[in-house]
Amino acid sequence: MNNEQALFRYVVRLGDNALVLAQRLIEIVADGPELEEELANANFSLDYLGQARMFYSYAGEIEGEGRMEDDFAFRRPDREFENVLLVEQPNGHFGDVIVRSVLFDVFYLLQLEALSECSDQRLAEISLKTAKEIRYHLRYGSQWLIRLGDGTEESHGRVQDSLDKLWRFTGELFSGDETDEWVLAGIAGPDLGELQVAWTSAVAAIVEEATLALPEDQWMAGGGRDGRHSEDFGYLIADMQQLQRAYPGLNW
Amino acid sequence: MTDKSWPLYEVFIRAKSGLSHRHAGSVHAADDEMALNHARDVYTRRNEGVSIWVVKSSEIIASDPAESAALFEPAKDKIYRHPTFYEIPEGVENL
Repeated sequence: MNNEQALFRYVVRLGDNALVLAQRLIEIVADGPELEEELANANFSLDYLGQARMFYSYAGEIEGEGRMEDDFAFRRPDREFENVLLVEQPNGHFGDVIVRSVLFDVFYLLQLEALSECSDQRLAEISLKTAKEIRYHLRYGSQWLIRLGDGTEESHGRVQDSLDKLWRFTGELFSGDETDEWVLAGIAGPDLGELQVAWTSAVAAIVEEATLALPEDQWMAGGGRDGRHSEDFGYLIADMQQLQRAYPGLNW
Repeated sequence: MTDKSWPLYEVFIRAKSGLSHRHAGSVHAADDEMALNHARDVYTRRNEGVSIWVVKSSEIIASDPAESAALFEPAKDKIYRHPTFYEIPEGVENL
């Protein structure tokens, strides 16, 4: 793998995480419990979608074969998506959505902050811009987690279950491969070991304030970053790509 | 939560530095922090503001519409309270 291929793969992965989470959130559009929460959710989904577009555009330029955003989003099979399993987990109830977002956004923000100081200028610029959006997502998500955890017996129990259920997908965030090694060595990107330490203490602080219990060490799921996804992912992709599959090249 | 809606907050947005906050509308929220988030998500999505105030609608002391005659009508015929009532004498500069 040469430098260009490593950078390309890394940037596509960033796009995949953002796009898949955008798609999950848009699945619950119009289901918000209040108008204001509805708008917040739609805003977040569009933020992630916009980020995916920036990453895919850049990936297409690195590759230099003329692929555009839509080619990455709509014309790749599921095995070519290398998002982490956490972002593709089904929505479940509102507490599940919040826990998934907080666990991912803490990681994503740390990753973006590190990338905004990397030596690849374009990636640094995109990351700097994106980090501002995620900082707000995290503020919103962690406030909700604290409110639900420290709320009623019912809400406390339900978000504790969400946390226990989703925890097994957090190990993959830090299981780097040669691509991550290159990003660290080649463009002074994030060190996953350092990220894990920072993530663990940030998540622990939110969980503690929410009066929840951190799940115990356990078996961690993996495979998303190699294109091996959970069963639900097939449905997500089918839904997302249906139009371009049925009418290839269709435009607005 | 399902059968009871959240309290109402009034939202004031400052469009840019130097201007004053103006009433933009209202949001429902369970607490102050959430009200600020909701105001941000509902009223500043299109770059409308640089600062937000929220205040519980119940904390606003409003005049009673039934008293509007007593409160506001006496001002209607006091045209001499407007500067345009007075003619500027000729030869006066810098008024």
